[in-house]
Amino acid sequence: MISMPYLSLAVWLPIIAGLAVLAVGRDRDAGAARWIALLGALVGFLVTLPLWLHFDAGTSAMQFVERTEWVPRFDLHYYLGVDGISMLFVLLNSLMTVFVVWAGWEVVQTRVAQYMGAFLIQSGLINGAFCALDGILFYMFFEAMLIPMYIIIGVWGGPNRVYAAVKFFLYTLVGSLLMLVALIYLYTVSETFSILDWYQVPLSMKVQLLLFVAFFLAFAVKVPMWPVHTWLPDAHVEAPTGGSVILAAITLKIGAYGFVRFILPIVPDASRYLSGFVITLSLIAVIYIGFVALVQGDMKKLIAYSSISHMGFVTLGFFLFSQLGVEGGLVQMISHGFVSAAMFLCVGVMYDRMHSRQIADYGGVVNTMPKFAAFMMLFAMANSGLPATSGFVGEFLVILAAVKVNFWLGLLAAVTLILGAAYTLWMYKRVIFGAIANDRVRSLIDLDRREFWMLAALAALVIAMGVWPKPIVDVMHASVANLLAHVAQSKL
Amino acid sequence: MNTLNLLPVLPEILVLAAACVILLVDVFLPDGKRHVGYWLTQITLLICAWFTLTTMQEQPVLAFNALVVDDVLSDLLKFFCYLSVSAMLFYSRGYMLARGLFRGETFVLTLFSLLGMMVMISAHNFITVYMGLELQALSLYAMVAMHRTSNAASEAAMKYFVLGALASGMLLYGMSMVYGATGSLDLDAIARGVLTGEGNRTLLLFGLVFIVSGLAFKLGVVPYHMWVPDVYHGAPTPVTLLIGTAPKLAAFAITLRMLVVALGGLAFDWQGMLMVLSLLSMILGNLIAIAQSNIKRMLAYSTIANMGFMLLGFVAADPNGFSAAMFYSIAYVLTTVASFGVVLLLSREGFEADNLDDFRGLNQRSPWWAFIMLLVMFSLAGIPPTVGFYAKFTVFQAVIQQGFVWLAVVAVMTSLVGAFYYLRIVKLMYFDEPVDTAPLESRGDTRLVLSMNGLALLLFGVLPQPLMGLCVIALAYSGFL
Repeated sequence: MISMPYLSLAVWLPIIAGLAVLAVGRDRDAGAARWIALLGALVGFLVTLPLWLHFDAGTSAMQFVERTEWVPRFDLHYYLGVDGISMLFVLLNSLMTVFVVWAGWEVVQTRVAQYMGAFLIQSGLINGAFCALDGILFYMFFEAMLIPMYIIIGVWGGPNRVYAAVKFFLYTLVGSLLMLVALIYLYTVSETFSILDWYQVPLSMKVQLLLFVAFFLAFAVKVPMWPVHTWLPDAHVEAPTGGSVILAAITLKIGAYGFVRFILPIVPDASRYLSGFVITLSLIAVIYIGFVALVQGDMKKLIAYSSISHMGFVTLGFFLFSQLGVEGGLVQMISHGFVSAAMFLCVGVMYDRMHSRQIADYGGVVNTMPKFAAFMMLFAMANSGLPATSGFVGEFLVILAAVKVNFWLGLLAAVTLILGAAYTLWMYKRVIFGAIANDRVRSLIDLDRREFWMLAALAALVIAMGVWPKPIVDVMHASVANLLAHVAQSKL
Repeated sequence: MNTLNLLPVLPEILVLAAACVILLVDVFLPDGKRHVGYWLTQITLLICAWFTLTTMQEQPVLAFNALVVDDVLSDLLKFFCYLSVSAMLFYSRGYMLARGLFRGETFVLTLFSLLGMMVMISAHNFITVYMGLELQALSLYAMVAMHRTSNAASEAAMKYFVLGALASGMLLYGMSMVYGATGSLDLDAIARGVLTGEGNRTLLLFGLVFIVSGLAFKLGVVPYHMWVPDVYHGAPTPVTLLIGTAPKLAAFAITLRMLVVALGGLAFDWQGMLMVLSLLSMILGNLIAIAQSNIKRMLAYSTIANMGFMLLGFVAADPNGFSAAMFYSIAYVLTTVASFGVVLLLSREGFEADNLDDFRGLNQRSPWWAFIMLLVMFSLAGIPPTVGFYAKFTVFQAVIQQGFVWLAVVAVMTSLVGAFYYLRIVKLMYFDEPVDTAPLESRGDTRLVLSMNGLALLLFGVLPQPLMGLCVIALAYSGFL
């Protein structure tokens, strides 16, 4: 039996490290802040590795469970646990935190300690949201993580950062406040805040529909689904590179995670009843937002829209209610975590040199930055879903599941392969290939050691996951089967 | 019943005696020794706190022919009153010194208003309620006007006095009607009279309307809120702090005792009235706060909105709701004390930090105080992990349990509006460049108390059980559960 509280470590180590960075780091002493942050992020990642190594893929039960009484007044528990669905995201998040610290190493020069501290604290809070099995504990982490991100966008962001930060915060808050009402309502019916117990609570159709709306708003904003996606392009464009990476790679996943942890099992009848609605919204996101991405002149905005489009695939997969679809959605989430992070880091690399994100300002970068161009090529291919990259696996599974349900649905979903390739590769072509566009491009310097290894590590992950996704998919099987059993069972 | 038992009112006697002693001592103090009065006041508060806590009894004790009651509820609320008054003195020492307000009168009036609050909290008879209320209010009117050279302060004092007198009149009028209907001023006797239904019901209901209006004025909820922004704005900041904190606890206590203990039989009637008051306060308070450019006015509207949220607990009209309202009041007081503490900290001689713009770039001037103010703002907005979240959580839970889900939905939407203006302060502090670069100077004890206060918001936000549990226990032992 494993006795170490790995989940608590995964949650609290980064937070403690973040506080330490804030306490130690003065602006004069940025070096110390960086090293403590890197150490904290690395240790924070290492403690999540046992979750994978000791994970029992044969069961759908929660593992590494920690449960202590927290607020007896409302029967709240400090209740953590992971299953095959959430475990991978804890790892993904902790790994991405290392990348973010790494990426901000020389780039961030103002208020370094606060920058690193905010990311570490946020990382712990996100792990908390993925591990929490108590409704209010989840809500605490879910809301609290807005605070560091608000500061990150607002302090280190671009020219329009204040607007983007406030929009990000308020948008997310609308949905989550309604979710709070839903959580409290579930408590009054069931007398418990344990999420797993809520899976068993019978609810009438009317109640299920109202709860669905409340949860759906909270998570759809976070995913984000069309038409509540408009905060994302603003937030991405204005956020510093690290902020974009965490937003795209992790925080969006919490929205999708909410679908499988809350909506599907708690209100299964409403989910089945409204699946057509959600699938329609997802297809709009996949196709319409794909077209929107095509016409963007700003690289970060383009990747932001591409994120929305890819996340549409995830929600589409979930609401097909088949093993393939849900697993495809989950694989897509992880793959998108790597690929979108890599794409934003690539844009960051160029932005640090040119201070422009406009596609029109570039051209012929391959002539001055060949190594960079090679890496970006790989990530662009992964973003468009090329086989043998991670992007292909998830999309293929979801399309397969969609075709099984309905041929035309599968066909519409498959449009993404064309659109994704179109907007990503067209951008790539305009930025990287062609003649050298101007003198600033001519004076570009290729990747330094830090950037090279950062992108190389991500490239290795993207390819590894594309070639051999089995270890990732295997841990999901039991949990996804269990989830689908809950969805199939009526609670009326 | 031992009618001459002085033990239940010993803290009140202590405060009264201390106020008289300080008044006398102050006459003989040279100008440079005013801090003697200050420390005497702090010591009085400390002794009272010690005494109140050590003499706590499980059973309520009635004294003076049931004019006052000493129960766990009153002990707990009094303790938080001492705490907030003491914090107010700690935070405002430098401010008062710089403006010639560091005088014996300030301390004496503070103690008298505290005495009024204590009497209100312990009242078991309408007459006692009224006496406490007037004592508290009259001291505060004088304190608002104490900054004699300030026109705004005089205007605020005048407004406060006239409207306050009107409200007292309404309350008294309502009390007299209830007396007419039930033949008694004692809370228990009124409760019996209401339940037997012998009295004239129309008269009783009219009395209830006037009482609720009077209470609404004291709490500062819409539509009886007009005095709040002007008084908050015009009064010297330490006095604003005092008005905005401890009296709310006293107002909570008299609301509980008058509506629940005495007029509990009319719960169905006052429930509806409070629901309207609460809704209006949450909506108007939060909306109008957006347009404010002065932090004291903004906090005034935030108070209005917060009292609306607090009333949700009464709307639920069950023990769960009352304990939620009590927790809300205490959480609110803890947060508000800290908010004005930061405003006072930023002020210095000849400079009032009462414009929102004065908070610009605070993070660069002092990351620590920016962080404390960040906690305060998120606590007021109800964002975890601060105590303000649990305050909102408990009242929402209380109304949802009673089936008012729609009310909770409206309430969360207004708190979304509220989040906007609280976020703006955070934005000013973190995202903007400082305009004012003067170093922040303050005494060591001020910094220590304010830091502890700020961290308490976080601590109770992560581990709310002790405070929540206390509220439940206090109400249970005082006969409300």
